[in-house]
Amino acid sequence: MLELASHILDIAENSVRAGASLIEIDIDEDTANDSLSIEIIDNGRGMKQEEMEKVLDPFYTTKTVRRFGLGIPLLADAARRAGGHFKLESQEGKGTTVKATFGLSHMDRQPMGNIISTLIVLIAGNSDVDFFLKHRHNDRRSELDTRIIRKEIEDVPINHPEILKYIRGVLEEGFSEIKPEA
Amino acid sequence: MAKLTIADLKKIKEKVHAEMSLRDGERRVKITVHMGTCGIASGAREVLDTLLQEIAEAKINDIVVTTSGCMGLCSREPLVTVEILNQDPIKYEYMNPNKIRQVFKRHVLDGEIQLPFVLARGAEITK
Ligand SMILES: Nc1ncnc2c1ncn2[C@@H]1O[C@H](COP(=O)(O)OP(=O)(O)OP(=O)(O)O)[C@@H](O)[C@H]1O
Ligand code: FES
Ligand SMILES: [Mg+2]
Repeated sequence: MLELASHILDIAENSVRAGASLIEIDIDEDTANDSLSIEIIDNGRGMKQEEMEKVLDPFYTTKTVRRFGLGIPLLADAARRAGGHFKLESQEGKGTTVKATFGLSHMDRQPMGNIISTLIVLIAGNSDVDFFLKHRHNDRRSELDTRIIRKEIEDVPINHPEILKYIRGVLEEGFSEIKPEA
Repeated sequence: MAKLTIADLKKIKEKVHAEMSLRDGERRVKITVHMGTCGIASGAREVLDTLLQEIAEAKINDIVVTTSGCMGLCSREPLVTVEILNQDPIKYEYMNPNKIRQVFKRHVLDGEIQLPFVLARGAEITK
């Protein structure tokens, strides 16, 4: 993966496949601590302890169409290469949290890339799932919660082109307000 | 620049509502972009994002776009399946923003299958 935003899309797709109805994505850029943290929290089916232990092994997957799973090992590796850490927490029946941290100024940290495109693609492609983005850059914050939008638009589908355009606009505004450095 | 508010969203909802009640035949086309790990690594996100912008520009509402998981065909990603009502699904391989624009305009809008990009014809095997 060339961008962290692609990793985020990939990890959130795992959450979708695990049956999550709500996926929270927290991005935290902290200049003073030279840290970037990315957390993806879902309320999907979760994993058993023994499953979790195997997940960091690229030769583990529960998919039947391919014999290995790459998504999680790739992100764990990206974090480690950029002076950060990777943490996986999961409870069967409750949900899963994936957290990766990076040295913000580390030479080997991938760029964030297009996080707006990642969100739009997640929302458009999984219209029955809610997404909650919390993006912080030092003391500036921006949020997008599809539950609030859904309540407002009633029976208009969230993936209607006009609604997606609105969401894209809100994300772009948030972005220009917090001025991310990653 | 004026900030987008919930009031703007309400206006959009009302506008869409008015248009929705005017038309009937929905869901003429379903387009699935495969979003497995290697699909994403090879550009599936850009393909879907391009497709969404094309649909918005064409101002049509009878297309449903969705994503699905991996199909076990990593080397041919990004993969896109186009299903037009009452026709066999067509699976396109090695998609990129330009190719999906062509598929959208020529196949989805004009009904002409883009043979050079076709991987397979027939039913979907995964989610
Ligand atoms: N959020 C989650 N909730 C429940 N199970 C998960 C979650 N994320 C991953 N898993 C489990 O861990 C396995 C490995 O995930 P990983 O993303 O590394 O590979 P994959 O999704 O199987 O394949 P790939 O990502 O390469 O297409 C998955 O098959 C799934 O069983
Ligand atoms: S993600 Fe590689 S085959 Fe689907
Ligand atoms: Mg995965």
